[in-house]
Amino acid sequence: MYSKKLARLAFGPLVESAFKCPLTRNVSSRVTAVRSLCSWTVCLHHRQKNQLSNGLTRLNVRPVSQTTLDPAEARKFQAKASKWWDLQGEFAVLHSMNDLRVPFIRDNLLNVHGVRQLGKPRAGLRILDVGCGGGVLSEPLGRLGADVLGIDPVEDSVRTAELHSSYDPDLRERVGYQACTLEELAEEEVEGFHAVVASEVVEHLADLDTFASCCQQVLKPGGSLFITTLNKTNLSYVFGIVAAEQLLRIVPSGTHDWGKFISPEDLERLLESFGFYVEAIRGMIYNPLTGAWSWQQSTAINYALHAIKRKEEPQPDRVWAESENLDEPGRARSYS
Amino acid sequence: VKIIDFSFMPKIIRILSKDHRDEESSTSENQLFDIIISGGGMVGTAMACSLGLDPNLAGKKILLLEAGHKKEMDRVPETYSTRVSSISPGSATLLSLGAWDHIANMRCKPYNKMQVWDACSDALITFDKDNLQDEMAYIVENDVIVAALTKQLQTLSDHVKVQYRTKVVKYTWPRPYHVSESIPWVQVTLANGKTLQTKLLIGADGPNSMVRREAGIPTVKWNYDQSAVVAVLHLSESTENNVAWQRFLPTGPIAMLPLSDTESSLVWSTSHQHAEELLQLDEESFVDAINSAFWSNENHSEMVETAGSLFRTALSVLMPDSGSARQLPPSVAGIGPKSRVMFPLGMGHATEYIRHRVAIIGDAAHRVHPLAGQGANLGFGDVAYLTKVLSQAAFNGKDLGKSMQHLLEFETERQRHNLPMMAAIDLMKRLYSTNAAPMVLLRTFGLQATNALPPLKEQIMAYASK
Repeated sequence: MYSKKLARLAFGPLVESAFKCPLTRNVSSRVTAVRSLCSWTVCLHHRQKNQLSNGLTRLNVRPVSQTTLDPAEARKFQAKASKWWDLQGEFAVLHSMNDLRVPFIRDNLLNVHGVRQLGKPRAGLRILDVGCGGGVLSEPLGRLGADVLGIDPVEDSVRTAELHSSYDPDLRERVGYQACTLEELAEEEVEGFHAVVASEVVEHLADLDTFASCCQQVLKPGGSLFITTLNKTNLSYVFGIVAAEQLLRIVPSGTHDWGKFISPEDLERLLESFGFYVEAIRGMIYNPLTGAWSWQQSTAINYALHAIKRKEEPQPDRVWAESENLDEPGRARSYS
Repeated sequence: VKIIDFSFMPKIIRILSKDHRDEESSTSENQLFDIIISGGGMVGTAMACSLGLDPNLAGKKILLLEAGHKKEMDRVPETYSTRVSSISPGSATLLSLGAWDHIANMRCKPYNKMQVWDACSDALITFDKDNLQDEMAYIVENDVIVAALTKQLQTLSDHVKVQYRTKVVKYTWPRPYHVSESIPWVQVTLANGKTLQTKLLIGADGPNSMVRREAGIPTVKWNYDQSAVVAVLHLSESTENNVAWQRFLPTGPIAMLPLSDTESSLVWSTSHQHAEELLQLDEESFVDAINSAFWSNENHSEMVETAGSLFRTALSVLMPDSGSARQLPPSVAGIGPKSRVMFPLGMGHATEYIRHRVAIIGDAAHRVHPLAGQGANLGFGDVAYLTKVLSQAAFNGKDLGKSMQHLLEFETERQRHNLPMMAAIDLMKRLYSTNAAPMVLLRTFGLQATNALPPLKEQIMAYASK
């Protein structure tokens, strides 16, 4: 097991069906940095160091690194950079997911920030789309009136996104793209955004702690964080990987690594420890026959999460208390 | 026509985007609109109004192109115009977003009852709301509708623009998939050489739609061997004119629709030859022809009359309350000056209402026989639903022309509504076009039976009122 961990630390290779069972990872007291081909900037949060030195056990397969970028994942998406806007192609599932995630983001932002302007429900809001890919989600958000910045470490994807939105004068003004990682951006744009969207991204990241703390940095207090990802259950393995990738081939084979999925409880715990409170979690399901997504009670396969950055900074010793109060009555969500 | 070199397009777009986006700038060859509506008739103008009033589409740039000149009506002219439409309550609701007030201020005539009867027998059917107080529908002149909508449009001029006297010579369709260095929008080339671009093109350009033709949408169509003669009739005496009359002659239906207490509108569908003869007649003979068409019983045959009355007796035994007395329409004394016009009739249905970045509505998508007075209403129904669908798409941040999912929803829903209606109208037309005894008997019984069943009549009225 140790050798496997070392291999992952060194190369971050594609993990396939070999790693089906959740691995409990004991965090070592030393943080080993992974040098990758792309530049990495350390985004250390002193709270993070404290937690690690407390020996807090977390269910996380990822190696401890200080960058969110996983080079193998980047290579995967590089190869497909031109296919983003082919509506019948490999990313069709993401296009149809817009029917759920755009209203989810729009309505939750409406609740939190109110209506600015009719016809442009999200006017005046700055949104960061992390892992924007070809801009599939950035464009509708831009059309709704928000100022969107889409970032992705894969430069070809960013170029595809820029080209696609360059034809439409509405989008050109409102949607911008940058090829960089979240850590790089977090240094410049402290508290710069009203909302951060990370849709179908956390299952491709190298390190979630860095991700969460960078999100916390770039968000204004009271800002929203939207995440959609897959749950880490047997059901998500069967449907999300075996059925989707191998049997039905609606998602290209090798896109997802079950080991990197994270359950809503773990994600919630992680976010709470970085100063967010999770406001909503909803389950989603894809129907391959109709090609449409719909909401569902159970979060067993896919889910969407909305968290809000707390306005005041919680103290480190409050973290323990919060994580113990996860299952408060009054939070009507079902985990399965 | 200027030939535009597409390979420089992205550069030009980038340069132009540096200037402040000026909608009036005629120097920019690449004016990009969100929606262009081609055709400013009743349905096209209603579409422009409807889109302009929708809150979710408040930021979109909409353009209406009309080949004719602007139809304004400061004062309603003394004489009635010959082209009228029957507006159902459903369409009135659509128009009630502002335009209906203008219509009511100009003129319209509500009617409470409709009597439809056969020339070959005594069968008849009457439609009315339970208490004759409520209106069934309204007769409005087409010019009044267009003028009212135009007036409404003027209040929306900040984001809905109209270009009159603008003829389109060419449409260029984009590729459905993303090809770099090519324009992804629909390009509309005008007669004056300018080219406009749009994300969604709505074709409302009538039964011979250029949009439909150029998009290559296959159409099922045939010509009825009939033309309609329309005229404005002066009644011999003033009466509470709130009934619409229609009689099925073997040559075609003749209808008298109320316009006021002293005037009615005539729509007489008949063979081409007869229609031409009617136009040639002098006024007195024409009036006689109309009166005799409504009143005379020369097409009755003994057998049919007997059979019909037997059936009616049987029905009255089963359902004593059913059956209505046959009333006669008011007699005609004269016709409005220079008001006789004829136009050919046909049926047409486009097999698809949508393509990538294109939608067609109104007569461009479906053309019907006027015997049921539904042509305009089907068009207004298209307008209402397409607006709803586009509003939803905009609220979800979608590209209006590219989201096939929403356009397909519009097509499915409207085809589901329009096709049965069109089939029924065509069936009626064919059923009533013959003198042959079996068909006459069949339709006599059918009509009498339908008349005897109020629930069935209510269903029919409800469907037609949508």
